[in-house]
Parts: sequence; C-alpha cells; structure tokens
Amino acid sequence: MTFQEIKKILKKKTVGIAGAGGLGSNCAVALARVGIGKIIIADFDNVRKKNLNRQYFFYEQVGQKKVFAIQDNILFINPYVKVEPHDLKLNSTNIPDIFKKCDVVIEAFDLAEMKQMIIETMQTKMPDIPIIVGLGMAGWGDNNSIKTRQIDNLYICGDEQSEIADDLPPLAPRVGIVAHMQANMALEILLKNSKK
Amino acid sequence: MKIILNNRPETIDVSQLTLQELIEKKTFTFKLLVTKINGKLIKKEMRDKTPIHEGDDVAIIHMITGG
Repeated sequence: MTFQEIKKILKKKTVGIAGAGGLGSNCAVALARVGIGKIIIADFDNVRKKNLNRQYFFYEQVGQKKVFAIQDNILFINPYVKVEPHDLKLNSTNIPDIFKKCDVVIEAFDLAEMKQMIIETMQTKMPDIPIIVGLGMAGWGDNNSIKTRQIDNLYICGDEQSEIADDLPPLAPRVGIVAHMQANMALEILLKNSKK
Repeated sequence: MKIILNNRPETIDVSQLTLQELIEKKTFTFKLLVTKINGKLIKKEMRDKTPIHEGDDVAIIHMITGG
C-alpha cells in the first residue's frame, strides 16, 4: 500500500489512548503523523518538569493539563486529526462510555493497578475492541528484550520484566520504543483486511 | 496434563489443579496479575475456584508499573 492508500484507510479510524504520559503522548504523536482520523485521549494529570525526560511535551507546557497540551502538540503536527481530550481519571465505569466507538484502545497508564483495571474492564465489558498494553520498559539498553505478544484481543508490548524504581527510572528511549510498538501494533490491526 | 501456558506447551505433573495452584506452582510472584483461560478473563477472586483442564490455553500476565 502507498502512504496515500494507508492514510485513506486510517482517516476513518478512531484510536483510544488511556493516559497521556510517556506511552500515551508518544503513541498519540506517532498515530497523528500517519494520519489517524480521530484520537480519544484521557488523563487527569498536569505536565511536570520531571515528565520531560520521556513525554512529548515542551518546557513551556509545564503546568498545563496533559490532555490539552497533547492536543495542541498533535494539531501542530497534523491539524487534520480530530482530537477528543478527556480531562479525568479513567475507571471501570467511564471507560466503556469514553472508548466505545474506538477501533482499538492503547493502554498508556503508569501504575500496575490501573493497567490491570483497564485490561479487566475492556476484556469483560468490550471484548471485541482490541487493547494494546505496555508492560515493562524501565531503565536503558537491552533492546532485544522488548517484544510483542498476542493473547486473543489483548496485545502486550514491552519486556514484561523491568519495573520502574529509583535506580531504574523510565527514560525516553525505552518508553519511546514501547509507545511506538503500541502505535505500530495499532496500525497492523487497523490496516489488516482493509481494502484500498 | 498438557496445557498451553503463555503461548508455550507445558506439562503439569498433576491431574487436577486450579488456576490459583498453577500460579503458585509456576511461581508467578508479582502482586498483580491478569489471567485468562481459553480467551476468557478470570478475575482474581475466581482463581481458586477455576479448574484447569487438559489442553487449556492459559495466559498469566504480570502487571508492571511504568509508562
């Protein structure tokens, strides 16, 4: 497929992104660049200085709400993407409502508890929508430990081992790799069986 | 009994066990897990009531903080 043909398909697609931090902000930008039609993104947090080591924000955006800051950044790159920001904390009640029209959902939380919550919610309440989660990306190096595996409609990207700690922080390269693997997996799903 | 565990064939040396026993036997030590059998999500509170059968496709996924 040519990029024109790819864009024509992606223009009709909606991707949900749960979290606008290291995974979510980078994944959203990658999807915006290739011309996804609509991005629904939710987060309750503000941009902090310490986020700039890996998240797709700029120094002057410190203090802004992440969902509105990422909306601005997406539109700077590709003004044709529709962005639906939700400034709230996702939970098992609002997830089905917010993401019901998505073709695929990206899990982009930081906390393990939240990852478990969205997987269980999506897989029980909306089992037909594929969910792509990021698991294990702390630290640096060890490129080849990062991989993807599929369990039915659940896709896992990451090394499935490294948990963040004071001496194993999340950093732009590995978090970015996983965020882009999630975006790449989303493209694979969205372009599969699609006619030109 | 033979099962598929995380996409790999595994032979378990007992004829009967629950999902919770399998988790302990295979020493999945992380506090937070997501578990599925044959595509169906099994919540934490159901793990000790859910038996594993010959040929089951079992997924045990560690939840890891970071993102």
